[in-house]
This record gives sequence, C-alpha cells and structure tokens, in this order.
Amino acid sequence: MAEYDIDLGNLMAFDRSHSFSSPPAREELVKLALEQGTKLVQAVADALFNLPSTEDPDGPIVALPSPTTKLPREKPLPKPKPPTRWEEFARKKGIQKHKKEKLVFDEQTGTWKRRHGYDRVNDDNDVPIIEAKMTDEPGEDPFAKRQKEKKKRVEKQEKNRLHNLKEAVKAGAPLPSHIQLAATRLPITGSEAAPSKIGKDALQDVAGMAATATASGGKFDKKLPGEKPPKHDKKYRKFLPAAEGSGMGALEKQQTDKVLNKLLSKHSHEILNVEKAVTMYKVKEEKKRRNQKGKSSGNSGKLKAGKQSFKKSSKKGGSSKEKSK
Amino acid sequence: MMKLKTPSKKRVLRELEKREPKLVETGKKTLILHGTKTSNVLNAVLAEIYHLKRGSALKYSKKNENVRPFESGGETSLEFFSLKTDCGLFVLGTHSKKRPNNLVIGRFYDHHIYDLVEVGVENFKSIESFSYDKKLTPHMGSKPFFAFIGEGFDSNEELKHLKEVLLDLFRGEVITNLNLAGLDRVYLCTAVSSNKVFFTQCAIQLKKSGTKVPRIELVEVGPSMDFIVRRHRQPDDRLKNQAMKTAPDSTKKKVKNVVNDQIRGKRARIFIPDQKVGNVALPHKAKGVKRERREAKMKDEETREPAGKKQKDNGN
Repeated sequence: MAEYDIDLGNLMAFDRSHSFSSPPAREELVKLALEQGTKLVQAVADALFNLPSTEDPDGPIVALPSPTTKLPREKPLPKPKPPTRWEEFARKKGIQKHKKEKLVFDEQTGTWKRRHGYDRVNDDNDVPIIEAKMTDEPGEDPFAKRQKEKKKRVEKQEKNRLHNLKEAVKAGAPLPSHIQLAATRLPITGSEAAPSKIGKDALQDVAGMAATATASGGKFDKKLPGEKPPKHDKKYRKFLPAAEGSGMGALEKQQTDKVLNKLLSKHSHEILNVEKAVTMYKVKEEKKRRNQKGKSSGNSGKLKAGKQSFKKSSKKGGSSKEKSK
Repeated sequence: MMKLKTPSKKRVLRELEKREPKLVETGKKTLILHGTKTSNVLNAVLAEIYHLKRGSALKYSKKNENVRPFESGGETSLEFFSLKTDCGLFVLGTHSKKRPNNLVIGRFYDHHIYDLVEVGVENFKSIESFSYDKKLTPHMGSKPFFAFIGEGFDSNEELKHLKEVLLDLFRGEVITNLNLAGLDRVYLCTAVSSNKVFFTQCAIQLKKSGTKVPRIELVEVGPSMDFIVRRHRQPDDRLKNQAMKTAPDSTKKKVKNVVNDQIRGKRARIFIPDQKVGNVALPHKAKGVKRERREAKMKDEETREPAGKKQKDNGN
C-alpha cells in the first residue's frame, strides 16, 4: 500500500505520488479517480475507526485530533482588554476578587432573596419609615434624598465606565464591537483600533458636509449651540430699491438716464459699428444673389453653388483639386 | 470630547458580539455572488456550491457591476459585502469572452481580501444528472472527507494554492467530536494536468468488512466539473504571518512547582505533608521516661489479682 498524507482533523488524505502519464478519456478519468479516492478514504477511515470511541444512541463518537493543515484565520486574534482603573488599583493593593453567593438569607422576612436587583435583600425601598436624626435638615424629604443619592451613584458608575473605555481607546486597544465612537464609522469587526485623533480641519469638513446635506443646503436646520452659520463664499446678487427716492433710491433713474444719454448724445454715430454693418449688408446681398442663381439652374447647380460659397477662396480650392489629381 | 455610543437593543448587541474576533474560530461563512455577467453553466455551478455549503453560506442573486477582485479598486464593494454579512470566503461567478465560465474563489482576512484563485469551469455535470440510490444523498452540513490525488497538488504552486482554498471552502467547522455514523460525503479532487483539476462529490457507503473498520465504497453523486486554473494571487507575507497565528494551546496544563532554568536546569519544590511527630512511637525510650519496674509491679498487683502469678514468673 502506498503512503498517503493524512490529516485526520480535516478528514483529508493526499496522494502525492499519483500522476497520469497521459490525459485519460473522461470516463476513464472518473473511474480512476473514484478508485484512487476509495483507497484514500479507506486510509483515513482506517485511522479514524481505530480511535477510541464512546457509544452514543446516535452512533460511536470519536475525539478528533486537531488538524495539521494550517489554514488562515478569518479575523485577527482578539486583543486583551486593558485593565480598568479599579483593576489597576486592586492589583496594586493586592485586593482579590471573591465570589459571592447570588442568594442571601433575609433575616427580616426569613426568606432567601437575591443580593442585587429586583426584590433584593435589604432593599431601602422596602423600609416604610425612616427615623429622624439630629442632623436632618428640616423641610427635606428623606425618601427623595435617598433616591437622588442612588441616582447619583449610578451616574458616577456610568461615568467611570465611559472613562475606562476612553482610556482604553487612547492606549490603542480596540473598542468592544458593540460600542462605537460617535462620528466615526461603525467598527463592526471590533478589531480595528479607533482613529487616534480627529483634526480640526477634518471635523470642520465633516460638519460642513453634514450641514449642507439637506435639500435647503442647511438653511432651515436647527443650529447646535456654538455652531456658526456656514460661510457664504459667493457674491450676493444686488437688487436696486423699487421705490424711488433720493440717494440709493435714485440709482435706477440714474442707470436708465445713462443709457438714454448714450443714445441721444451728439456723438451717437459712434455707437454704430460701421464695419459690422457693412459686412452684414454684404452678406445679405450675397444671399439674395445666390437665391436668384439657384432658381435659374437645376439641383446639381444648387449643390455646386453651395460648395463654392462655403469655401472662402475658390482659387485655393481649385489648386488643391489639381494637386490631388 | 469623545462620545461613545452603545446599541440600544439587546438583540443588536448580541449580534455584534457574535461578530467579534474569537480566540478559536467557528467556521467561515461563504458569500456566493454573481459578477457583471454570468452564463447558465455558472448560475448552476453557483447554485450547487450554495447547495453544498447550505447552512454556512449566503447567496446574492443580483448582478454586481463593480466587483472585480483582481483589479485595484474592484474589491471595495466586495470587502463591504464581507463586512456586512460577516463572511470569510467568497465565490464569484463571471463570464466574459476572454474568460468564459469564470469562478473566483477567495478568502478574507479581517474583511480584506486575503488571497484569490481564479478557475474556469468545464464539463460541468449537475447533481440532477446523476442517478443513484437517493438514500445515499449526503446530509446537510455533514463533515466531509477530502481526497486529493495527483502530484500536481504538491509540485505546482497554483494547484497547491487551489488545494488549500478548496479545503478551506468545503471543510466547514473544525470539530473535536465526530459521530462516525454521520460520515457520508467525500470531495474528490484529481490533478489531471498542470492546470486542470477534476472535482467531484461522492457519497460514502460503509459496508461490513468483518473487522472494526468498515469497507468503504464511493458513489458519485455530483456535482462534478473540471477546474482550469487561470489567475491566482497569493497572500502578502506579512498578512500571512498575521493570519496564521493560532490561539495559545489551552489544553496544555500548567505544571505546578516546577521551574525550568537555563542555568540551573529543571528544579522543583516538593511539599511533604505534616509528619505528626508527637504521635509516632519512639524506638528507644530514655531511662527517665520509663516507669520504675517495682512501681509497675505494685500497680499491677493492685488492679489485676488473677494475673499476678504470671507476672511473678516473669519477674523471676
């Protein structure tokens, strides 16, 4: 029996010695491949069925070894999370974590209750009466005060959590995949490190783009506190006042006067462009003549005439024709 | 100030956590999609690859104009699809005059293209065209065997690459426990020439052989086709190093109290349990500790009258 490369973890066998001397016909090839494949699979099965197995109602189960063929990962290895501020402190002080029971015996009610959460042990909210103390300020609701204090503690914890996350981002660790930085793209993979710092220019660009991305070009958008209106880098169109008056009001009259004066002035003939007028006259004349000619001669003549008129100098055209001949 | 956002829905959070990089990965998903144009043959090939991979694959049915993985700039939307669907592999079908019935198989690493293999499909025979006992039909998601035949897979760089990619495409999840009764399919790859691979799927029949190991018979169930290797792109060396990293072996147990030192060699500490020295009988009692003979005699006579005679004899 030939030696095969067997990777039991992938149930793979590889025959590196087999080769076709000449490309066989299709049917022959399939037959050969099946034959050789049976041998290979049998070789894998020999190794597989000799592994120690445990009986199960569904069939014998064997523990597969890990694959020997190395294949690339899909995503990079997860990076370790940097320690939080508390973890750092606890490490310094040598404070160790202890597991606490989830259920605690409540002596007041004589039952087992949760340590935290709903219906917990020693819940402040269950106490209907708070005894007055000497230090209490008059006119203050002790229940409201307690609630406020609790809320404060929760907020502080949230602040600490966010602080730790930000510190981690600064240190270059990736954010957990479910947390994203606002105004950056969604880090779906969780493997990407957050951009170190967003520059002022980049921010302004983004803000400008966002501001003008509405149908009105951001004109009717709600302004954020401290946001300046976008810069207007084009010229404004000026309109003259509709009502007549002195100063600016008389501007329209001045403009019309200027035009009229130009037309009616002594040197009005200078307005006329004589040269242009002459060419216009000449062109018109020529057109007229051509029309008359066209009527007298046939269709072919019409074409020919058109051709001639198109060319500015008939002499030049003639010479080129002769050359080509 | 930096602002952080968290998903407001628990379902979203769970979904995002599933996509996080894992220490030990659980199989790659495959994205199957069409390029600018596909032929009938390719449509069938893609549908059947999807059928083989059902459970861990995703099929896009529309044409994709701007997916050209071999060209620069043509991979952007492909990488976006990978990010969106969380796929680690893709199979793209394109059909052109220059490269008819073209199949591009590629892998992603961190949602960027890792490597590519381009093959042409010839002599395609679909699953329907094979006639066999339908009881043998492989079950969905069963662990396949692989049989690679031919020296080409060893000597030829392109075929070597194709072998690795095919293995990655069809092997499914790496498992530790295997039910031997559930083995029912083999992927058979035969290197016919330096650029041609005959690929087919066979069902396995486990026949009695009289020994522990059953006799194996293969029945071709298709699809079968020829792959003509065209272009291929190996991964970047640096990228490859990164991608080949594996999780530190967790099965290796830490040996306690043993230190391996370069200079002093292997050293260990041994802990001896409490010896309870106070309770152990001494081999030799010092004279001061012994009772006086006479004293003992008197004591014995007082307490045990009948035994006195015997004691006397002993004493003399």
